[in-house]
Amino acid sequence: MAKKGDWVKLHIEVLKPEERAPQVPEDTKIVPLEMWVKGILQEDCEIGTEAQVLTRTGRLVSGTLCEINPRYTHSFGDFIPELMLIGDQAQEIVFGGSND
Amino acid sequence: MTSKDNSYGAVMARKNEIMKAAVGVDYASFESGSLAFDYEAMMASTGYTLEDVINIQKGFSIGNTPLIELKNLTTLARRCAPDGMGARIFIKDEAANPSGSFKVRRASVSIYHAKNHGYKGAISATSGNYGAAVASCCAKTGLRCIVVQECFDSKGLGQPEIIEKARKCEALGAEVVQLTVGPELFYVFLRMLEDTHYFNASLYTTFGIAGIESLGWELAMQMREQYGCDPAMVVCTNAGGGNLTGTARGLRKAGCQAQVVAASVNLKGLHMASDHQFNLKSFTTGHTGFGMPFSTWPDRSDVPRSAARPLRYMDKYVTINQGEVFYITEILARLEGLEKGPAGNTSLAAAFALSQTLPQDQCIVVQETEYTGAGKHVNAQLSFARSNGIEIRLGNPEDEIPGRSIILPEHPRLIKAREADMSHLRHSLIKHAVGTLPEVSRDSEGHPVLDEQDVEFLALETNSSKEFVLQALKNL
Repeated sequence: MAKKGDWVKLHIEVLKPEERAPQVPEDTKIVPLEMWVKGILQEDCEIGTEAQVLTRTGRLVSGTLCEINPRYTHSFGDFIPELMLIGDQAQEIVFGGSND
Repeated sequence: MTSKDNSYGAVMARKNEIMKAAVGVDYASFESGSLAFDYEAMMASTGYTLEDVINIQKGFSIGNTPLIELKNLTTLARRCAPDGMGARIFIKDEAANPSGSFKVRRASVSIYHAKNHGYKGAISATSGNYGAAVASCCAKTGLRCIVVQECFDSKGLGQPEIIEKARKCEALGAEVVQLTVGPELFYVFLRMLEDTHYFNASLYTTFGIAGIESLGWELAMQMREQYGCDPAMVVCTNAGGGNLTGTARGLRKAGCQAQVVAASVNLKGLHMASDHQFNLKSFTTGHTGFGMPFSTWPDRSDVPRSAARPLRYMDKYVTINQGEVFYITEILARLEGLEKGPAGNTSLAAAFALSQTLPQDQCIVVQETEYTGAGKHVNAQLSFARSNGIEIRLGNPEDEIPGRSIILPEHPRLIKAREADMSHLRHSLIKHAVGTLPEVSRDSEGHPVLDEQDVEFLALETNSSKEFVLQALKNL
């Protein structure tokens, strides 16, 4: 349960597949245009139900509540061994071989 | 409450009136009634001189970024080049600007103007660094800010670089609205402009381009003051064309004759509006998917007449592969101690190859860097690509297939700047332009006939000549 005043994320279906622009490619035309908006929840509400938020610019937006205190999950990714090889090779070309 | 029809078709049909209110520019006053419009009058209509722009930017602590000579990268280029070749490579460290990229130069003039004209906020449709740029200037001026991003595919999988940009916009106080793939982002954007009455901080207004002129000017002045010479070549990463247009105009105002080269990441074969292909690309801007169409038809932008008209200023257009840009990003860190990009390093990868075509006593300037961070990082992008089934390996970049593989050069000599056919690009612009006319007169052989004014306009648009345009019309 999210409480009134919580910072939350809403999901909104903006356009159904049949409402999409004529110029979009086929694989895009078969899916809806979806939108996510964050704001302050206006009433207590369960995740997955209809909710309303006040956004940072003062807009009232309605949609389906999907997350409370939404977190950033992006990262620096996994180590890429090939990048290390590239760097070592370039260093050798410019500065010569081992410093031992 | 409004009883307006907010269907896709109805909102798109109101596009021009919404834009007029949201930019405050009457584009019709520059039109001739046919193809031609008065570009220079439109550019002058901001009322801000280059000196004004520089002063506005000083107020935001923008500009005067370091110009760094990349001596080790130059050495590496020379080890790959024929004897006597390998121009000195310089980079303008635009990441040192408040929002972490040159884009804040573009935002500053727009937001200064919006503030002075009583707008309460600004909206920008961008998945790139421009969002943070607008957010940064809005934060400083107290304007409200909305950034609309194309961010996710239909499975809800987000491009890490765009997610990072959303985080940064939010850190700077902006409201970020995120969408799945599709050109209807523009529809959402128009509805928000209409509902909020905010300023459209478009990348393509005169303000947005005038703001970059300071970059070209500054670069020329720094080269003269610090190194006593003008660059032979300035390389600009090219997408919507504003970066190149503004930089080139600034260089001209400084009297600098450097060749202006556009560089884009080659994403040939990937459709920009495809839900499936959205996350198969590792660059969200600076690529051919924007660079080519915007060069050959600038008025596809979000304002009636784009102030970004790159073919007017471009001497050469080169493409570079994804693996080559990632390579140079890693090398910039390892040889120069500068962790930047990766997307902003597109022009640097091109410059590395182009340097090898110029004598050692000449200088080549890469006019930007951008900040790096989680998501917006070579490791993050390559991991993401690998998890989406893209093959990543060392090899010859020539073998790279966008959407299927990323080939990191197994030796720096394999990095190539592949020249696009400028004549083809110019023909393409002329064809697009003629295609916008509701009625076209034709000669006895069926070729389009344009009046003198339109022919002259197209010669300027394509940086060619009246003879070139007349010949191109014969080929249509």
